[in-house]
Amino acid sequence: MSSFDHYAKRPHEHGHSHGHDHGHDAHAPAGEEPGGPPSEYEIMSRAMQELMEARGLVTAEQIQRRIELFDEEFPYRGGRVVARAWTDPAFKHRLLADGRAACLEMGIELEAERLIAVENTPEVHNVIVCTLCSCYPRALLGMPPTWYKSRNYRSRVVFEPRAVLREFGTTLPDSVIVRVHDSNADMRYVVVPMRPKGTEGWSEERLAGILTRDTLVGVTVPKAG
Amino acid sequence: MRNEGARSTYTPAPGHRFNVGDRVKVKRLFPPGHRRTPAYIRGKRGEIERICGAFPNPEELAYGFDGEPRKILYRVRFAQRHVWPEYRGPERDVIEMEIFEHWLEPDGQPGAP
Repeated sequence: MSSFDHYAKRPHEHGHSHGHDHGHDAHAPAGEEPGGPPSEYEIMSRAMQELMEARGLVTAEQIQRRIELFDEEFPYRGGRVVARAWTDPAFKHRLLADGRAACLEMGIELEAERLIAVENTPEVHNVIVCTLCSCYPRALLGMPPTWYKSRNYRSRVVFEPRAVLREFGTTLPDSVIVRVHDSNADMRYVVVPMRPKGTEGWSEERLAGILTRDTLVGVTVPKAG
Repeated sequence: MRNEGARSTYTPAPGHRFNVGDRVKVKRLFPPGHRRTPAYIRGKRGEIERICGAFPNPEELAYGFDGEPRKILYRVRFAQRHVWPEYRGPERDVIEMEIFEHWLEPDGQPGAP
């Protein structure tokens, strides 16, 4: 009917499952205005949607479907990549040297995204943000969580990263360097967390299960339990 | 801190002015228009962490031009206590970001953080 349907068309079928559990925004930073007033852009966007619905140009179902298609087009695949890096040191080396080429080895095309993988070690903990907007490695991690785009996270994690990490339940000793990456231009970032004790002998698939989206942004660390 | 990115260059960076480890200062300029250099880092001193390559100039792309000539993009590492004088974390904490070459100048100040 409308040009909207054109954009809502499925680009191509994907065979993957959607069994992963990473869609929760349960632990956004404290003080993220729950129930606060919507932003000006949110109000404009809602008003536009309602007007278009009232005039019969789009339906709420079409909009919901388009949101789902975004998710299907770029599902969360980062856990698989890091699980491979955990089990294959040569692959990890290649991932750290050129993220895009390493993902391609696994059949994951990042399109134009240049991916820099940064490794957590006993000395360094990495965390990703985009202070200017909300740049995020969508082709690898899917749609960013709401808190990643929030003003609270974007403005605070650069100057008080340890406080923000604590709100996510991640407390780091002062002996560990916190390395914040502001994803402000053409690169995209993914954290390679440390493999936790108690995962010896696990399959890649099982390892991927603990590599949630939040661990790959660097706000939490994976746990075996 | 170990610098795993020192050898990774994603696209060629012909004629790049700075090398990994060079001390640089971000220009303290506030021109109007679309800029990818965060305001909080302008005027701050850091060190080249890696050379990302040559990319279309976002300051031109934003207004419908083709972004040519491309500009060399670097990742620059800054000490948090230098960026934020009120920073309460340990001295070794760092923040890194991408800065285009035309926003950088050599930092002649010896022993700068």
